[in-house]
Amino acid sequence: MPLPAPRFGLGLRKPHYAEFLAGDVPVDFVEVISENFMVAGGRPRDILRQVRERHPVALHGVSLSVGSADGVDAEYLRRLRSLVDEIEPAFVSDHLCWTRFAGFQSHDLLPLPYTAATLAVVCAGVDATQNALGRQMLIENPSSYVSFAADEMSEWEFLREMVARTGCGLLLDVNNIYVSGQNHGFDPAAYLAAIPFEAVRQIHLAGHTSREIDGRGMLVDTHDQPVPDPVWRLFAEAIARAPHAWAMIERDDNIPALDALLAELDVARALAQTIDADQQVPA
Amino acid sequence: MSLAAQQAAFGAWLHRADDTAIAPALADARGLAVYQNNYRGSLMACLAEAFPHTHAWLGDEGFEAAAARHIDAHPPSSFTLDAYPKGFVATLRATWPADPEVAELAMLEWHLSEAFVAADDRPLSPNDLAELDWDRAQLRLVASARLLHFASNAPAIWSALAHEADPPAAVVAETPTAFIVWRADFICCFRPASGAEAAVLPGLAEPRLFAELCEDLAGEHGPDEAVGLAGEMLARWMADGLVVAVIG
Repeated sequence: MPLPAPRFGLGLRKPHYAEFLAGDVPVDFVEVISENFMVAGGRPRDILRQVRERHPVALHGVSLSVGSADGVDAEYLRRLRSLVDEIEPAFVSDHLCWTRFAGFQSHDLLPLPYTAATLAVVCAGVDATQNALGRQMLIENPSSYVSFAADEMSEWEFLREMVARTGCGLLLDVNNIYVSGQNHGFDPAAYLAAIPFEAVRQIHLAGHTSREIDGRGMLVDTHDQPVPDPVWRLFAEAIARAPHAWAMIERDDNIPALDALLAELDVARALAQTIDADQQVPA
Repeated sequence: MSLAAQQAAFGAWLHRADDTAIAPALADARGLAVYQNNYRGSLMACLAEAFPHTHAWLGDEGFEAAAARHIDAHPPSSFTLDAYPKGFVATLRATWPADPEVAELAMLEWHLSEAFVAADDRPLSPNDLAELDWDRAQLRLVASARLLHFASNAPAIWSALAHEADPPAAVVAETPTAFIVWRADFICCFRPASGAEAAVLPGLAEPRLFAELCEDLAGEHGPDEAVGLAGEMLARWMADGLVVAVIG
């Protein structure tokens, strides 16, 4: 169960492969998109093996589809297990969403209605995944752009119940909390106050984009911008409550030079150190 | 509305832009456009990334129109976006039936990307020959290898585009030409296959005794020529990293 030490990492993305392979990138861990490496062989898998020799790795999936009404896919789990067995990641995560139904794959993280019926489906999916992998899964809170008329509970209530029923961990994405809070009009502070922080093992930081849609301003989780100030403030609150969580920056588009991301990671480190110092109790 | 019905309705919105079933289930439907944009945007980007030279050959307008039609007709069905480009070859073939180089350029790009992530193998090398028990050892192609047949000069067009040179005009040959696509270490390659190779390579998808392969060649070319052909091919395959020895 205990696995605290490494704390600050980056997502491994193609433009930075060469620097990570050359070594000495000052990160405590790297996170990779699982599906990019669920291949038979070749260069991608070799790169991951080499990076794994230098850094702890977290596997982060986008196609588990834990909220599919027709259940998680056994073949997908078999291939994920094969990758897990080889890479021995520190964490394996995916999202609270659905991406597959009746043979259709969306390749986008789609929203779920927060109902008792959905909770039963998601918990069955988490249980099946944890059984297939033989380890704890982390589930990430999503960004969302619609909500359902049938919702019976808030997202944070849904997450709390999912954790209680399945024993899964949480990957808390503070950008997603901010984005969804702006889009749906909830207070991110209320969200954080309800999170079972003892289950939070990872924290994601990212940027977003503002768009005008049908006359309404919305935030979209684009991962193409630096982490903005409101998200840093949420991070400071989150890392204070989950001081052992591994934190990292996700950047998937408009990817800058590695130094720029490392500078952002230094901000995360500095915030955490300030909080660590504040929490020291004088003898 | 059940979760299954909601997910079917959401899929209809993404695939057919039909929100009649999903909109009533939402407290506020205005954000639906974000999902539609993400869905189509990721599939368009996937096809553009998978077929850079086909894109260059067709130009933006032709490629994007074909990609949009393909996305309309073929929703993704694999957990990985890497699988989505495969079906685009057939769409291009149906769209440009008189211009076979279009689909064949895409076919070549697709198979190169398949070879890129095929299972790793340790190809047979000249150093292995002395150790090999030829009565028992069988040969098979490396997992990345595949034999393709081209009616056009698509491989020459691909090579020119890959080297940022002016591509040759499309030409359709009287008889198809065979090419082998494979990965050597981490580099994807292709080269023309000789007539004798094109005949025997499909049989090496599964492990096969070298002696049987020689018998086939003898049947086709006569015993004297077969010995030379077999030796030449084996030497070339070892140089290319194309075959694996399997000890039965």
